[in-house]
Amino acid sequence: MTRPPVRHRIITASLLTVAALYFLVPVYWLAVSATKNSADLFGTFGFWFSDHPHPVDYLVDVLTYDHGIYARWFANSLFYAGTGAVCATLLSAAAGYALAKFPFRGREAVFNVVLAGVLIPGTALALPLYFLFSAMGLSNTYGAVLIPSMVSPFGVYLCRIYAAAAVPDSLLEAARIDGAGEARIFAGLGLRLMTPALVTVFLFQFVHIWNNYFLPLVMLSDSDLYPVQLGLTSWTGYADRQPVLYQYTVGGALLSVVPLMVLMTVLQRYWRTGLTEGSVKA
Amino acid sequence: MSRDTLHRPEPAVGKPPGPAPRGRRRRAGGTGARHARAAAGFLLPFLALFALCFLAPIGYALHQSLFTTERTGPLGLGGHEREVFAGFANYAHALSDDRFLTGFGRVLLFGAVQIPLMIVLATALALLLESASARGVTFFRTAFFLPYGVPGVIASILWGFLYVPGISPLVKIAGTLGWDVDFLSRGTVLWSIANIVTWQFTGYNMLVLIAQLKAVPGELYEAARIDGAGAWQVARHIKLPLIRPALVLTCVFSIIGTLQLFAEPMVLRPLASAIDSGFTPNLHAYSEAFVGNNQHVAAAEAVLLALVACVLSFGFLRLVGGRGTGRR
Repeated sequence: MTRPPVRHRIITASLLTVAALYFLVPVYWLAVSATKNSADLFGTFGFWFSDHPHPVDYLVDVLTYDHGIYARWFANSLFYAGTGAVCATLLSAAAGYALAKFPFRGREAVFNVVLAGVLIPGTALALPLYFLFSAMGLSNTYGAVLIPSMVSPFGVYLCRIYAAAAVPDSLLEAARIDGAGEARIFAGLGLRLMTPALVTVFLFQFVHIWNNYFLPLVMLSDSDLYPVQLGLTSWTGYADRQPVLYQYTVGGALLSVVPLMVLMTVLQRYWRTGLTEGSVKA
Repeated sequence: MSRDTLHRPEPAVGKPPGPAPRGRRRRAGGTGARHARAAAGFLLPFLALFALCFLAPIGYALHQSLFTTERTGPLGLGGHEREVFAGFANYAHALSDDRFLTGFGRVLLFGAVQIPLMIVLATALALLLESASARGVTFFRTAFFLPYGVPGVIASILWGFLYVPGISPLVKIAGTLGWDVDFLSRGTVLWSIANIVTWQFTGYNMLVLIAQLKAVPGELYEAARIDGAGAWQVARHIKLPLIRPALVLTCVFSIIGTLQLFAEPMVLRPLASAIDSGFTPNLHAYSEAFVGNNQHVAAAEAVLLALVACVLSFGFLRLVGGRGTGRR
């Protein structure tokens, strides 16, 4: 094993550095700008601090503006993404487990229909879903966003593949001979053996729901039900008339990306396993 | 777990991992029935919601797209509305709407330029990271992946600030260099959006490719290196062919994503007068439904959008699949 020549390594390092600048500079701008008020946002150079930065005060302002509506939006986002992702993971686990471990007639047909669901564009579905939900009187409720968030065809796909490989039939047979019921076997054995796949499904679904904009936009009209993204765009819409909202939008944007960035950095390992399962096995 | 799949001849998207072992079906009826009952119990909760959130809206959209609202009373302003069958009139309406078609053309152009650029960039970064020495790799990988955690709306707000004159340090820097840039003009705004999408998703696609590169046994590279292959040759002749399934997958998801383009133009709209309500097909369908109050045409447009997405992604799969078997 010879190490690559020095020239080669310098080129690689500089290319990687240029790319890192591209990806990080906007985030850096956001962090710097969150310490400025609206006047300084326009009046000072964007890539450097103003003379009187306020890193904490302005973020507190964001949280307290309009009776703490931002905190409410944030809680809504957490609720949609957290509850939706947990339910989606459990439903996908059960469905994937059934498709992997129980041969029955029409199994492949069911699986193929679910797979087709992966390829249907989400936003093409959101508008018809809104028409349907409003006909059912479900639009503009928490359920309008939460219920569709609990369905993850990709999760079922991943869980089936993983269960087929990670849950041995012999173990299930042994549990059956011991007299355990199917539900017990699934909860005690299946879920435990499928844990890595479940973490991945949870992460994907959490980010998917957190990032989803079109569905809440069409479903919700009551701003008390808004997730963060929708709330922030309503602020930018008023910023022309109320310049302080520029400052709040910047601060709110920073606050909203921090949790997800932490989640992604810390759990990168699970992303990679999930992606390997998703692409190599596809 | 990934190793056994590598031996499989053609890992294609959408293909289930093969039929179940036949022997199980010939079991005693009691076990089979018990199995079927258990399987149904596990599957039903998901399938019920899947039917409600996937199948029913598709059915409802198809139905809605074939009807139209007829208002009765004097001048059609009477309080009575009823649905009448309209055949393909809504589709004809959508397909004869210039702005809807222009929007389609626009996202197709967008995809034809942005997707190859992004995939090439993601591949280059994945290969660079794979060949770089261990130090710093984690930092760079995390830095590239980080924008994926920024939702499209936030990314658009963020880049919107970086585009708009007055706030943007980029415009200011360009100005001091004597370069007058306008990121939001009629000619540039589409590519400014392309930049936002590239910024967000390159790192994600890179991670998919890295995942597949890691699944390639290291001995393969060693063998090639011993045979005298340079880094470039290893990348070109060993790594690229091996990550082909992942490349196909990222392309398909990018095609689907591009057709859905919505959040970015929606957020940038107040900043750029070049973005009209028909800028992308999705934006057009949205304004048909909520501004024009024309549910039936919006439904037809949603159906057309899903149809085009299916045709394009399956067409792409067929295209690359066909070439793959030809080479073998």
